Amino acid sequence: MSVAQPPIDSPEIPVLGPGHTYESVTEQISSAVLTRPTTLGWFAGFAVAFSVLGMLTVAVGWLIIKGVGIWAINIPIGWGFAIVNFVWWIGIGHAGTLISAILYLLNQQWRTSINRFAEAMTLFAVACAGLFPLIHTGRPWMAYYMFPYPSTMGVWPQFRSPLIWDVFAVSTYGTVSLLFWFVGLIPDLATLRDRAAVSWKQKTFGLLAMGWRGSARHWHRYQSAYLLLAGLATPLVLSVHTVVSFDFSIAIVPGWHTTIFPPYFVAGAIYSGFAMVLTIAIPLRKFYHFEDFITMRHLENMAKVMLATGLIVAYGYFFEFFMSLYSGQKFDVFLVHQRLHGPYSPFYYALILCNILTPQLLWLRRVRTNPTILFLMSIVVNIGMWLERFVIVVISLTRDFMPSAWGRYSPTVWDWATFIGTLGLFTTLIYLFVRVLPAISIAEMRELIAHEEDHE
Amino acid sequence: MEQRSHLYGVMGEFETAKQLLHAAAKVRDAGYRNMDAYAPFPVEGLSEALGLRRSLVPLVTLLGGLGGGLTGFGFQYWVNVFAYPMNVAGRPLNSWPAFIPVTFELTVLGAATFAVFGMLAMNKLPHPYHPVFNVERFARASTDRFFICIEATDPKFSATESARFLQSLQAVNVTEVIEDGPLESGHA
Repeated sequence: MSVAQPPIDSPEIPVLGPGHTYESVTEQISSAVLTRPTTLGWFAGFAVAFSVLGMLTVAVGWLIIKGVGIWAINIPIGWGFAIVNFVWWIGIGHAGTLISAILYLLNQQWRTSINRFAEAMTLFAVACAGLFPLIHTGRPWMAYYMFPYPSTMGVWPQFRSPLIWDVFAVSTYGTVSLLFWFVGLIPDLATLRDRAAVSWKQKTFGLLAMGWRGSARHWHRYQSAYLLLAGLATPLVLSVHTVVSFDFSIAIVPGWHTTIFPPYFVAGAIYSGFAMVLTIAIPLRKFYHFEDFITMRHLENMAKVMLATGLIVAYGYFFEFFMSLYSGQKFDVFLVHQRLHGPYSPFYYALILCNILTPQLLWLRRVRTNPTILFLMSIVVNIGMWLERFVIVVISLTRDFMPSAWGRYSPTVWDWATFIGTLGLFTTLIYLFVRVLPAISIAEMRELIAHEEDHE
Repeated sequence: MEQRSHLYGVMGEFETAKQLLHAAAKVRDAGYRNMDAYAPFPVEGLSEALGLRRSLVPLVTLLGGLGGGLTGFGFQYWVNVFAYPMNVAGRPLNSWPAFIPVTFELTVLGAATFAVFGMLAMNKLPHPYHPVFNVERFARASTDRFFICIEATDPKFSATESARFLQSLQAVNVTEVIEDGPLESGHA
């Protein structure tokens, strides 16, 4: 056996550790769900995440009782944290779809071991994102008004509004991501069904696997459907952040009304998403000993994608400024001035530091292959991308056309509780996910082994 | 119980994907048609070896996409032109460029749901019980073993001949698959 040799398409570090067989990958990934005892560390982490989720429950509960007045939003800053956080979360989700769909179409084998939890991350991020516009409506129990339904009032949604496009884009994105994720899970659920030793686990996984038996006829249609889903998810993921950017760019507010927004939002989304994938992958591979599956090659490739999308984002920042100054529009020029010297300028400089300057370290191979530094860097980029949305929403809204319409915005404790609370929701869901479902696609890992054997 | 059970087919177990591919082609060359192969991952070339017809999933997906897109645009047109015409700054009621994002999203939604549910329906899933599950060793079909089952409905099928044929293809184990039978009939 010469499995230890790296596969031919990777001259350096392999995408899979040496010596693995169908049985060994299946055993290692499924045992994390089926047989490994729940560790104290898992409980401790889960307890922290769950308490933070409790804070979200309190914050949203109080919001429902009192109304959006508990937040710092005012006129002119009607959007505030709710929209900053919405855009941030939905952007994070994009990397999951990019990894599972676009890298699949491009036949990038290194996606195999990271696509499953990246897709889960997408779902959970979309759940966190969706919460914000919902509670931002003030009366979330009326949110169904946004959907076209035959109401007794004879009123229909305004389909010319980007906010309605958003409803359709985000709900389609959530649904398609869920379908994609579930279809990918079916063969693995069957594996878990066949390997579970306890009756209730057999029955639960059996129910979810729907009787999947690995029939060639089934695989035939399955692969066709999976490829088509990847093909559909690719334009979908680009459209979602484009539509989100329309929420801003269709308005005439200075700093928002620019044509560079769609590509620059999409690049920023992928940037923050890859940062979040690294934030999850680095601890996951360490605690579950997945170093053979999530190798240094994966981390390095993700770091490279981060660097590339970070440069696109930097290009976006540069051209935002350039076009404002070049246009000679006094409101746009003023906005540039406000970003650099206004009351919120520290946020702008922090954003440049987090999103443009720090990631330049990724040019160094030593940095890209050091998990600790990469982990810290991914947190920095996540903060930077959050600051970007804060800068976009708050600076433009506080410095509108008329000085009489200017304002200030400083988030309240409830704003923070809601935002940090969604981090708790996200982390709780991730903890549950790695405990009850295979965090790495087992069937695709087996396919990878077969592929490597073929090329020996 | 015994009198209710009958033979579903004979099943051969193979150790590698290559052996499975080889055997599948041979079984087909021998004239068998009602058969299926089982693998823990999609084996490249297996569909061709079994002579499977092109999948209808792409067609169903196309229909779903067209349906979603036409419904999406048609609905917005109907709302804006007939149901709830609203004159915004003298713009045309059918301001179609503004309808494109929702039309696009519904196209993708229609195509994706049809792809997934179409695939499941054509695969006749959910299908929790299947005779092949009666074979004890078949549990490894979701880990590291490959199987071919020649079904009793095939005109060329003969319990002894087909089993011997599978044996000759280097199957490590050949088993009868019993339908509706008690589990103990899984070995032969």
